[in-house]
Amino acid sequence: MENELLQHGLNINRRKFLSRMSIGLGSMALGSLLIPDLFSRGGAEEEAGFIPGIPHFAPKAKRVIYLFQNGAPSQLETFDYKPMLNQMMGQDLPESIRNGQRLTGMTSGQKSFPLVGSYYKFEQHGQSGAWVSEIFPHMSKIVDDLCIVRSLHTEAINHDPALTFFQTGAQQGNRPSMGSWVSYGLGTENKNLPAFCVLLSRGKGNGQGVYSKLWSNGFLDSVHQGVQFSSGENPILYLQDPDGMDRESRRKMLDKVAALNEIQLKNFGDPEIAAKIQQYEMAYRMQTAVPEIMDVSKESDDIVKLYGSECLVPGTFAANCLLARKLSENGVRFIQLYHQGWDQHGNLPNEMRGQGKDVDQPSAALITDLKQRGLLDETLVIWGGEFGRTNYCQGTFSADNYGRDHHPRCFTIWMAGGGIKPGMVYGETDEFGYNIVKNPVHINDFHATILNQLGFDHEKLTYRFQGRRYRLTDVAGHVVKDIIT
Amino acid sequence: MKKIYIIVLLCLIVAAAMYTFRYFSSRNTSDATDGKISYNFQVRPILADKCFNCHGPDANKREAGLRLDVEAEAYKALKDHPQAHAIVPGKPGQSELFLRVSSTDTSVVMPPASGNLPPLTADEIALLKKWIEQGAKYEPHWAFVAPVKPGLPKVKNKDWPKNEIDFFVLKGMEKHGLAPNEEADKERLLRRISLDITGLPPTPEEIDSFVKDTSPDAYEKKIDELLSRPTYGERMAIPWLDVARYADSHGYQDDNYRTQWPWRDWLIHAFNENMPYDTFITWQLAGDLLPDATKEQLLATGFNRNHKITEEGGVIDEEYRVEYVVDRTNTLGTALLGMTIECAKCHDHKYDPVSQKDFFEMTAFFNSIKEVGLESTVGGQETFAKNPRMDITKEDLEGVLSFMNKTDTHRLQVSIMKDMDTMRKTYVLTRGNYDQHGEEVTAGTPASILPFPDSLPKNRLGLSKWLFNKKNPLTARVFVNRVWQEIFGRGIVKSSGDFGMQGDLPTNPELLDWMAVDFRDNGWDIRRLVKHIYMSATYKQSSIVTPEKLKADPLNIYLSYAPRIRMNAEMVRDLVLSSSGLLQPIIGGPSVKPYQPPGLWELATSGRGLLATYKQDHGDKLYRRGMYTFIKRTVPPPSMIIFDASNRDQCEVKRSRTNTPLQALIMMNDPTVLESSIALADALSSQKGTTESALTNAFMRIINRRPDQSELNILTEYWKEQDDYFKANPELVEKAVAKIGEYKLKNTPSPDLAAMVRTLQVIYNMDEAITKT
Repeated sequence: MENELLQHGLNINRRKFLSRMSIGLGSMALGSLLIPDLFSRGGAEEEAGFIPGIPHFAPKAKRVIYLFQNGAPSQLETFDYKPMLNQMMGQDLPESIRNGQRLTGMTSGQKSFPLVGSYYKFEQHGQSGAWVSEIFPHMSKIVDDLCIVRSLHTEAINHDPALTFFQTGAQQGNRPSMGSWVSYGLGTENKNLPAFCVLLSRGKGNGQGVYSKLWSNGFLDSVHQGVQFSSGENPILYLQDPDGMDRESRRKMLDKVAALNEIQLKNFGDPEIAAKIQQYEMAYRMQTAVPEIMDVSKESDDIVKLYGSECLVPGTFAANCLLARKLSENGVRFIQLYHQGWDQHGNLPNEMRGQGKDVDQPSAALITDLKQRGLLDETLVIWGGEFGRTNYCQGTFSADNYGRDHHPRCFTIWMAGGGIKPGMVYGETDEFGYNIVKNPVHINDFHATILNQLGFDHEKLTYRFQGRRYRLTDVAGHVVKDIIT
Repeated sequence: MKKIYIIVLLCLIVAAAMYTFRYFSSRNTSDATDGKISYNFQVRPILADKCFNCHGPDANKREAGLRLDVEAEAYKALKDHPQAHAIVPGKPGQSELFLRVSSTDTSVVMPPASGNLPPLTADEIALLKKWIEQGAKYEPHWAFVAPVKPGLPKVKNKDWPKNEIDFFVLKGMEKHGLAPNEEADKERLLRRISLDITGLPPTPEEIDSFVKDTSPDAYEKKIDELLSRPTYGERMAIPWLDVARYADSHGYQDDNYRTQWPWRDWLIHAFNENMPYDTFITWQLAGDLLPDATKEQLLATGFNRNHKITEEGGVIDEEYRVEYVVDRTNTLGTALLGMTIECAKCHDHKYDPVSQKDFFEMTAFFNSIKEVGLESTVGGQETFAKNPRMDITKEDLEGVLSFMNKTDTHRLQVSIMKDMDTMRKTYVLTRGNYDQHGEEVTAGTPASILPFPDSLPKNRLGLSKWLFNKKNPLTARVFVNRVWQEIFGRGIVKSSGDFGMQGDLPTNPELLDWMAVDFRDNGWDIRRLVKHIYMSATYKQSSIVTPEKLKADPLNIYLSYAPRIRMNAEMVRDLVLSSSGLLQPIIGGPSVKPYQPPGLWELATSGRGLLATYKQDHGDKLYRRGMYTFIKRTVPPPSMIIFDASNRDQCEVKRSRTNTPLQALIMMNDPTVLESSIALADALSSQKGTTESALTNAFMRIINRRPDQSELNILTEYWKEQDDYFKANPELVEKAVAKIGEYKLKNTPSPDLAAMVRTLQVIYNMDEAITKT
């Protein structure tokens, strides 16, 4: 009996499975949507060491919203309070502290490295007593929901490799983005929406580009590619029907397309054609579902007030935060925001205030909103940039105008919800804010922790490509157990 | 509602069960325990996947001093337990290898229960046992032994084969109880060869004349005619552009403009000239080192300057210079050797006999280029081509580079290869870090593949000679396999970029070797190679698949029917433009910027550089073939990427082929498809005749065959419905034919025309429209 069963299993294959299911195409489509790789052509299932769509253990977070602060906001003006730098204003960075750290080409030629303290005031907030700068008055009020990690560190010292490292786990190479890994691992919860969505916005500060390679699927199947939402009339590329074509006309047209494809399926028997018919159905459903999600006109006044009136202006960070909540609420697994403008090599005191204003209220609102809907527990929210900034000034120095260069050795991010300990400040840097002295968290550790919250052992979420099992954490990474509930 | 849950649940259970079974049966186990066990085809895949990670070539990570990839080492007494041996030939009961993998004790089982490798399956264990019983004989890895031309196998159905390829393929079918399909009908066959050879569909006139030509050599004549078209070179260039990571931007951060397209024009030219593969590669790797190198030979070396180059201010120069050298080395590995040598950058290769030292010896070939890591920054002076570079002059365009499509030579320059006068010293870089010099090395190649002969110069020219040495086991196989992959959708070695121990085994090794040796011994003649495939009975089969064949060979490994393959991104665009008559069949020249959804570049940029905003082109440039669409690497053209095109970030030898709702949306709403529907409807309504004849004509242009009656009925019925609809809603007519891009309507908008536009959109959205059938 057991043997028979095994034989039966061996005989079963995707195509046979599909042909048997051809009567119930609806359920087949559902299966493929919940587990996108199930019916993929290349036999991706052979490459995976697990059953896609089913986590390794019970997840604490079901979804991620990542508020990426593109360009790298200074930790010294936001969350890592260093009064010593104000006391030593203008004095040179002691060599014993720098200790051979490589510098970017922008400051390596500088004759001196004058220390510079924050232009903004800091205060302690909440039960946790976390220090937050005055540019974040709203975030200050929710510190007890946040886990502020002040001890992130990376190897990259330039934007492109640093961003690529954060998003894909490697500085170089065409690897899958974190969101793609999550889509691959978990599939989607909503058959009318992509599992991995990307939203862009830009502040007035000195900016760095973002690149669509950051949400690339790399060697994973392209269904795991991040789908960029934009604020124009076409929220997803090619979503909108031509002028004059109403829903009914589109329905009629697709019915004819399906009828013709059915003839082809009958004549050729290729199950790929059945899959194609289903993809058109999903496209049709997306055309209704996506504009509904994008529509903020039904949001209550309280919500608009919470996020700030900018949330009604499409393409702003505030609008994207609100949209992120809606997408997440509708089952999108990974929502990646990028807010540009955080690259303050100069004119820092001026620019950071504006950048802070863009993101402070909506970031805090998102946490509050998720919390009041009971969704914060199952949604992991992350806020932060790609590296830190130097404690010394780049370029001309004065007390009210200065800049900071890139600094990979320490920087601050925060996480909230999704089984992360709230009201916690983790990790510590030295009094110069230059080196980590307690509980360092490498990007690989950060990735391992995120995957852990989603129910995955980061060493086992792998994909075999060109002979090697790849993972988001490459060959390193430890779950930061101290910060999880 | 409850019913739905049950269906969903059932679906998930079956899916999960299927997965489990597939997972555990993913290795070749069909004849696991009978007959002679093959080390190469049955045993090594298991050892490589489950054991070599810790007991393989990487000396630094080797556990317990045990190495299982080398026979003598595996037979030796164990370091820690000298009385025991990993393998005792003939005696599985005394072989630690067998005892450990079959143990149920989690403290001794291998691979360790604590690691992330799954345990061996019962079949795998049985297979290892049998192999040890049979004497545990090792064999050298198949891909590292130079191919020998095998004799033609004996087949039962002697009438079927048309050439040598068919004997090998048929043998495989017969062994698995399969029989070939009938030949495809002439219309579908013509479409197939037209798309495969030129990337463009046949015209209705071509279809008619081919169908009428009943002469015995009609098919061969057509093949020869197609192969002689300049569009053949364009078609052949596309996969090589992926291999060569060709793009129109530098690739990092703000990702500024570069002019590397003259190299692309050369590539098309080289295929059209049918340049032998050995010359083709030698020029690209070492054209600059040839005696009295011509400017064409210099241009060819642009191949190794297509990689990304940073323009980000503040980077450390040496870090990026080393990155470029590594990129070229990796490209050599993936593109020409089919080896994942990049794994040996930071440590000895885990699976293949390529040490870290081997890797850096290979980098030495590419380490003396007269280049820097950061030549100029975005926002500073624009450099369209980084040094070393070559200016292209008017004389060149009139003479040696006359194949280039350009008359204006203003700032016309291209990056090429040129060595420094004194060679740079090359070191093993500890853990792959650019600034941690280890042992000094000189240029060389892995001895496991083929030692680098002393007689050859230790430079890129010597490297080319090494590649085309008769004893090189990889060069011919790797290329032949990729050509096969391009035509059949799947290589004989499925992992076309990995012929190493972890790669897939060839599904038909004799066929691969026969083709590789035949290619090599006949002057590396690429056109001859592809023609041979097109002339085979294997290629000409219909693509009808019966449930029986689906059951017996679900992945069509034995090719008992022709595969149905979704066209690549470029072909989708070309088909749409070509069928509507909008295509501008111009070859080469600077890349063009057709319609693209607004805001994509603008949203992603910091505002610096020439590519901060997308400035759409006009006129002819809107209607060029897909391969000329401008590729800004960090924001590649979405309609191409959605159809699985490469983002040209690094060397790629295989595109995935997916089927997604975003692709459906492109066919529904991409302005190129909409404009083409209008243009074709306009052209059709200028002709006399019935609606049926117009629809038949359109069908022949897009699907390239006559519709059958049921298809024509559906289309006619839809047209009538729409015609009535537009007559009842005349205000919608203008909208349905409204100007999309620059195409100007010749006829007056009418309900008839609007109905035709909609009906053509139906045809463009048929699965068959963008499928090679």
